[in-house]
Amino acid sequence: MSSQPHDVEQLVRQEYKHGFVTDISTDTVPPGLNEDVIRLISARKNEPEWLLEWRLTAYRHWLTMTEPAWAHVHYPKIDFQAISYYSAPKSKKDGPKSLDEVDPKLLETYAKLGIPLQEQKLLAGVAVDAVFDSVSVATTFKEKLAEAGVIFGSFSDAVQNHPELVRQYLGSVVPATDNYFAALNSAVFTDGSFCFIPKNTRCPMELSTYFRINAANTGQFERTLIIAEEGSYVSYLEGCTAPMRDENQLHAAVVELIALDRAQIKYSTVQNWYPGDENGVGGIYNFVTKRGDCRGTGSKISWTQVETGSAITWKYPSCVLRGDDSVGEFYSVAVTNNYQQADTGTKMIHIGRNTRSTIVSKGISAGHAQNSYRGLVRIAKSAEHARNYTQCDSLLMGDRCGAHTFPYIETRNATAVLEHEATTSKIGDDQLFYCMQRGISGEDAVNMIVNGFCKEVFKELPMEFAVEAQKLLGVTLEGAVG
Amino acid sequence: MSQEALEFYVAEHARTIALDTDWLHGLRQSALSNFRRAGFPDTRQEDWRYTDVRPILKRRFVQAGDSGDLAADAGFEGMRFAGLDAHELAFINGHYDKGLSRLGPLPQGVILTSLAEALIKYPQQVKDCLANFPGLDANGFQALNTAFLTHGTLLYVPAGVTVATPVHLIFRSNRQPEPRMAFLRNLIVLGRGASLTVIEDYSGTADAEYMTNVTTCISGGEGASLRHYKLQGESQKSYHIAATHIRQARDCRVESCSIALGGALVRNDITASLDGEGAEVALDGLYMGNGRQHVDNHTWIHHRSPHTTSREEYKGVLNDHARAVFNGKVIVHEHAQKADARQANDNLLLSDNAEIDTKPELEIHADDVKCSHGATIGQLDENMLFYLRSRAVDADTARSLLIFAFADAVVSRIGLRPIRERLEAMILGKLPDSGLIKEFVQ
Amino acid sequence: MLSIKNLHANVADKKILKGLNLEVKTGEVHAIMGPNGSGKSTLANILAGRSGYEVTAGTITYEGKNLLDMDPEIRAREGVFLAFQYPVEIPGVNNVYLLKAALNAIRKHRGEQELDAMEFLKLVKDKMKLVKVREDLMSRAVNEGFSGGEKKRNEIFQMAILEPKLAILDETDSGLDIDALRIVSEGVNSLRGPQRAIVMVTHYQRLLNYIVPDHVHVLADGRIIKSGGKDLALKLEAEGYDRVREEAAVA
Repeated sequence: MSSQPHDVEQLVRQEYKHGFVTDISTDTVPPGLNEDVIRLISARKNEPEWLLEWRLTAYRHWLTMTEPAWAHVHYPKIDFQAISYYSAPKSKKDGPKSLDEVDPKLLETYAKLGIPLQEQKLLAGVAVDAVFDSVSVATTFKEKLAEAGVIFGSFSDAVQNHPELVRQYLGSVVPATDNYFAALNSAVFTDGSFCFIPKNTRCPMELSTYFRINAANTGQFERTLIIAEEGSYVSYLEGCTAPMRDENQLHAAVVELIALDRAQIKYSTVQNWYPGDENGVGGIYNFVTKRGDCRGTGSKISWTQVETGSAITWKYPSCVLRGDDSVGEFYSVAVTNNYQQADTGTKMIHIGRNTRSTIVSKGISAGHAQNSYRGLVRIAKSAEHARNYTQCDSLLMGDRCGAHTFPYIETRNATAVLEHEATTSKIGDDQLFYCMQRGISGEDAVNMIVNGFCKEVFKELPMEFAVEAQKLLGVTLEGAVG
Repeated sequence: MSQEALEFYVAEHARTIALDTDWLHGLRQSALSNFRRAGFPDTRQEDWRYTDVRPILKRRFVQAGDSGDLAADAGFEGMRFAGLDAHELAFINGHYDKGLSRLGPLPQGVILTSLAEALIKYPQQVKDCLANFPGLDANGFQALNTAFLTHGTLLYVPAGVTVATPVHLIFRSNRQPEPRMAFLRNLIVLGRGASLTVIEDYSGTADAEYMTNVTTCISGGEGASLRHYKLQGESQKSYHIAATHIRQARDCRVESCSIALGGALVRNDITASLDGEGAEVALDGLYMGNGRQHVDNHTWIHHRSPHTTSREEYKGVLNDHARAVFNGKVIVHEHAQKADARQANDNLLLSDNAEIDTKPELEIHADDVKCSHGATIGQLDENMLFYLRSRAVDADTARSLLIFAFADAVVSRIGLRPIRERLEAMILGKLPDSGLIKEFVQ
Repeated sequence: MLSIKNLHANVADKKILKGLNLEVKTGEVHAIMGPNGSGKSTLANILAGRSGYEVTAGTITYEGKNLLDMDPEIRAREGVFLAFQYPVEIPGVNNVYLLKAALNAIRKHRGEQELDAMEFLKLVKDKMKLVKVREDLMSRAVNEGFSGGEKKRNEIFQMAILEPKLAILDETDSGLDIDALRIVSEGVNSLRGPQRAIVMVTHYQRLLNYIVPDHVHVLADGRIIKSGGKDLALKLEAEGYDRVREEAAVA
């Protein structure tokens, strides 16, 4: 039919809003990767010997590995020698003691991103750790959290102040040798967030880390470790943005979650790395390993992600359901537009008895984008009465994009019950025209349909994030119908 | 092990395949070099990750043909369907047996003959059909099938012709001191508007060890219609590697039903390519495993044109140490707008030692499509069990009855009663406590 | 024939029945009424032996035997019939075959001769008229593709064939239009007799206009709080459950 395809085009063409660069002098090591670079990173961070050894072991293993090729994504070979593995804003030698000492330019940057770091301006009830390129620049509400016994701050601080906890849990969910990008991360990670929730403690506020890539030619390799002791609860949020640049930048993070008996971890991500321009130039390669270990009886780990950014997304937040009666959840919205590619999904590994998992995945493709769901549900022989429900829906906008579903279901126990459903639908000209004929603008119509499609996932997000996610989706898809 | 097996098959090829006409020789030799290159699949390959073929590679099957190994066993006569008027082609250990075959009068222009004879009498038809299926030899088994291409069937139905009487291809294998292997190629060609029912029927002497490697190529012309049944009731010690390739022109309709009940290690590959607008395919399947049976079904449905429709329903029942694999992939190619694809795979696990690995995949490159798939794994419905028990049916009977009903959902759709009845009897034979439910199902 | 004493029962650790008493004699028709969630369906399901209901105290005696000891199919063979609130669809299991197997299992249990196909067919034809069951439904799978009304009629039709001693009708009137309600009621009425007791569980009074009970009980909070004749149902309809509950509390 119809109408003015350029309307639709316009709908999609909206500017990436976080594409500015902060002009700040940095301490950046020259590009290149070898054992000396790793020693240098470790030395800058004043790390104990065991951690350096851990990094070197990971690096040596990484050298023996080959980059995975199974994902439904295509990109030129990454030159790992062209990346700088450490970049930090220059500051006073000992680093800021309080927020007052943080470089005002940094505070300004985060304010511009909508993340004010001055506590009085903060959203009440959200503590933020701000990671700028390779290092954490500020953590808010530290004292208040400390009162509750919660440890929250940069990974580097944790290495200095709680080495025993880091040593006990680091790599216990995602071993240094787990996969190509996890091994690389283990060798060169620079910072990230660390959370520890003690026994029977309900974390008094939402914890949040805001990741920002600023410097050019760098990669970001952060590492997040969350430990929830027996009977504790924490909700953790993660946000990410980067400047617009013509070259691709690599982000290879590792996130490890550990839930002990009856502990609950809710991990939410709104990922809005720079996706590249409408011709597919530039953008972040987002190759991330996220895994939660439901180690304790009755524990629960819930992943919620809204993935709108990055040129390429390759991530599978997973749950290892080891404890009896433990629960794993994965709620995902992945939006790809223009030339973006996403290959994302989850793994639910049922080991304990009566373990339950739920997977709800919503993929939206527009432009020339390719969007794949890849998931594994494995019921081990020991997982008596395990249950899984999976729903994977795809929404297509335009006839040049692709949507793919690759679910692996492996069952070795006769008492298991699994259900998998998938559908594919589209927003077509007909529907859009119908809405417009009833007086609804094209933009609103797309938003309405998309939000309806994603409703089940958005309701899992903490309030502030849900609103942000909805807006983000509107922005990402503007003009996608043509 | 793989290398030794490879050498063995090359030698067996040299021993048994005579130098032939140029084109056939060329075809076989090129397939043989494909085989050398590809080797046998292993579990590192995505399409074979759940199926380990090493038990086949350990064995040394030889081709039949020596005098004495081509006689029908006592069970052969039972393979004919009583009460079904059919053109029967009989094969023993992969070789056509004219004496056992029973061909009725055929409509004008229809060719129904063994492939061995067709290679001499109808080379052009064979060549044309093979040319329609390029690039088959992707894996070692498939390449071997082409390298050994000699036996099988040519079934050609010209435009506008309806073959009212079903064609029944009976493939029977028997026990030999040195286990036999059969390479079979069935070529089925339907001209524009032609119509046909064909039954591929595989069986063997109880507990005989042998291997069947079969490839069936089906080419449906515009508006043609085909009902295709593949009944696999091979011996419990046999190996069955099968590929079915279907190509459909505009408005061609194919119903293909695959029933896998026998075999120690079974692999079924089905590829349906909906080339023309309005083409429609329905793939149904049932697999039942007990003991240590391993049944692997892989299907690929390509929607290559607008307004194409596919329906797929596979059901599995697994007991003891049996293991099944289902991998169903639906690919909607660019420009195949208004494609409509539905796929379902439902499994019953009856034992803690049984295993199912299922992977229903969608790959979609067009936006105006209706696609859905579903997979379930579970046990019998407690509500149904209770309902039956509240109607005085004891628990064992109720259980057995519900398993039967689950499996029979596929079989009951088969239009030909004698086939249905035989299959139902075979299903009963694979069920626990089947004696209890006879009165429900007869 | 049926004696329920001080019955306590849980569903998923939640107490539903809290000391229920009921006596039913052969030939009687009882109606058990109550608001949603009062435990009506729980009672019906416990009588038929459905799993998931835990009896924590009390006894149920049926014809002098402990009913709770019996498997569901043994209860059925002993003459207990449950007309389901939500009859289950069982794809692939033929209606008539199920019925024949059920009837023969019951006859065998009673030491009677099994019916041959001809005798059975005649019986089916006779009883089909009773509840106006369409013949083509018989050749289908159990309840598959039946409308709500057809499912309920099929339940009564099964009851007519199996001739139970104790029939429990669980919300048999729900989802029926007035014509279907009449047909179902006529079917039930024709099955009333001195050899048979009927217990109807219902939320609404309207069923009782068609099947007039001998006794009416009000079930609330897991116990029978009031019993009476058929007039009690009218009073309930007029005044509501709360009023009756209050009166019972005062008394």
